[in-house]
Amino acid sequence: MDMVAGKVKMTQQSVNSTMNPIDALERPIRLTARDVTVHYGAKQALHGISIDIPDRAVTSFIGPSGCGKSTFLRCINRMNDTIEGAKVGGTIKLDGDDIYDPNLDVVELRARIGMVFQKPNPFPKSIYENVAYGPKIHGLARSKTDMDEIVVSSLRKAGLFEEVKDRLNEPGTGLSGGQQQRLCIARAIAVGPEVILMDEPCSALDPIATAIIEELIDELRENYTIVIVTHSMQQAARVSQRTAFFHLGNLIEEGVTEDIFTNPEHKQTQDYIMGRIG
Amino acid sequence: MNSLIIAGMLLVLLGLAYQSGWSRSRGLVTSAGVKVHSRPQYHGSYVAIWALLPALVILGLWGWFGDGITTNFISGQIPADTLSGLDPVALNATIARIKSLASGYGVAGDVQPFEQVAADALRSFQFITFLVVVGAAAVAGGAALFYARSRITARLRARNAVERVVNIALMACSGVAILTTIGIVASLLTEAIRFFSFVSPLEFFFGTVWNPSFSSTDTGAHGQYGLLPLLAGTLMITVIAMLVAVPVGLMAAIYLSQYAHPRLRAVAKPIIEILAGIPTIVFGFFALVTVGPFLRDLGGFIGLDIKATSALTAGVVMGIMIIPFVSSLSDDILNQVPRTLRDGAYGLGATKSETIRNVLLPAALPGIVGAFLLAVSRAVGETMIVVLAAGNSPVLRGNPFEPVATITVSIVNQLTGDSDFAGPQSLVAFALGLTLFVITLCLNIFALYIVRRFREQYE
Repeated sequence: MDMVAGKVKMTQQSVNSTMNPIDALERPIRLTARDVTVHYGAKQALHGISIDIPDRAVTSFIGPSGCGKSTFLRCINRMNDTIEGAKVGGTIKLDGDDIYDPNLDVVELRARIGMVFQKPNPFPKSIYENVAYGPKIHGLARSKTDMDEIVVSSLRKAGLFEEVKDRLNEPGTGLSGGQQQRLCIARAIAVGPEVILMDEPCSALDPIATAIIEELIDELRENYTIVIVTHSMQQAARVSQRTAFFHLGNLIEEGVTEDIFTNPEHKQTQDYIMGRIG
Repeated sequence: MNSLIIAGMLLVLLGLAYQSGWSRSRGLVTSAGVKVHSRPQYHGSYVAIWALLPALVILGLWGWFGDGITTNFISGQIPADTLSGLDPVALNATIARIKSLASGYGVAGDVQPFEQVAADALRSFQFITFLVVVGAAAVAGGAALFYARSRITARLRARNAVERVVNIALMACSGVAILTTIGIVASLLTEAIRFFSFVSPLEFFFGTVWNPSFSSTDTGAHGQYGLLPLLAGTLMITVIAMLVAVPVGLMAAIYLSQYAHPRLRAVAKPIIEILAGIPTIVFGFFALVTVGPFLRDLGGFIGLDIKATSALTAGVVMGIMIIPFVSSLSDDILNQVPRTLRDGAYGLGATKSETIRNVLLPAALPGIVGAFLLAVSRAVGETMIVVLAAGNSPVLRGNPFEPVATITVSIVNQLTGDSDFAGPQSLVAFALGLTLFVITLCLNIFALYIVRRFREQYE
């Protein structure tokens, strides 16, 4: 209920004003990456990425197409494991535990680090089942009542419940693009993750749906560590507290979003922000 | 020899026409200041099409009417008193003999003098008509060539004209496929209707006894043509085949598309598909020689009375035959499921098998069902395996360990041997064929409908 009220409040503000200049550096560090490299077959896609990602803040990865930002994002929940021929080097730690530890259970890791994809990809099931799927496979609900609660609260957190409460049993694929993407966010939230990775979540959406998702991201950061890949610098400026600029498989620079956009250290970053490369 | 000359003539005409259109077009480029509408090869093709069409029409007309004209000519050569003494069958035989003589192959028996005379006349007649026809074709083609060539100007839209001809040619090709189907269905229908004048449809579709062989047309008794035993046999074998093919084929498809290493997949997939290339007669004797005795022994071992030739034998082997069909189609369909959907499940922390069971298969289900239905229609129409391995026992019974007969086998039985083609014994084959056709048609339409609905979901 709070979330719905909060959402109403948010929509009354302009999206720009949601950029809250918190000092993200004061937040504890959740994710630590050191010298991460990725090879696809013989081709090297990432050259030694090192970055710290703070707790309960939005970190955005920007950069031109093919710069490796999505590749790095997919390293964080080991989605690259599902790609043939991909090889990841270096270390990524979540709360100090190496996620590439051979003893670590990938399935559990992905429950802790949820993901939202570029194209809304609801399963061809009902809205309810889409959200309930994650909790079901991880055994999070003891009863039907538990499950109902998880589904409703996840849909609320994703700001979708009011729109779909009367048609939870209709297929998720029947929703609009923006609603589908929020359904995917609800689906990710339902598992109870600590980190949510978003891979260009608005690139397939119209401006209004994009604004709604951006507001949602801003709300979600109170409870989740969020990493978002975006090709829109405006979006990075609007939703993130920290920004990392990638170019040709290298992390050029990262820091507080405001600093990156107003006072970048590297010329490449400045060129990209001014629209000279990309 | 004649066809070679005609083909050569047409090729020469084609080459000349193309060349002349092309060269004239090249001339245009240098002389005229106007922008030329089409490139030289279109002008070449334009003239070639113009030249070829009249030639082909003349040759086609000769092909259509030539036989009748020749036959009339031969009848004219036979002396009137001999001609009046011949009934139509004997006349046909005589004409065939004369044709053989004229072609130089010779005939059996003594050659009568009038036959030799007629053959000589026919030979010169054929020579002359051939020259006339080919000549006419060449002249018409040549005339058309010059006409078309004279039409070439800078603004001639040869490119569009060629496009139209290509369009028509393509349409004609698809027309052939459709017309053939219609023709086959029409002939099935008319023959089946003739059959139903002997045996009532009620008796055919709901009769439980199949016994067409004990009577002949002379006695007026027709035998019994109950479809149900054959339908039951067909269904039983199909069900057994699908019980074998569906699980194995589907699992193979899942393994190949989701688990197999690409290198293994590159080897294994073609090997499975080779199974589909084995002639069904080979599967048939594999069933007869190996699987049947094996199943009989196995049955004896566990205390079941399984006949060596039975619905089980035929069904199992047919199932093996269909495996590549099911696995290949299912594999394609599984690969069509968008990768994003799989990523979504993995991203939630689903394991591989959970992803396959809960996301991939439900998403692919309509398509897979479509693949199964296509496989069923193959199984229903399969003949050779059943001829050899099912035991041909058209009796209505529910035991799969006993021999059965299917619709296809009965068609083979009714059309082979020396039965009268006007009697119900043979005509029943058309009724059976029609039944089979309707069954597979319905299955295919249903399958295509399902497959299409599945496609729309992702595009």
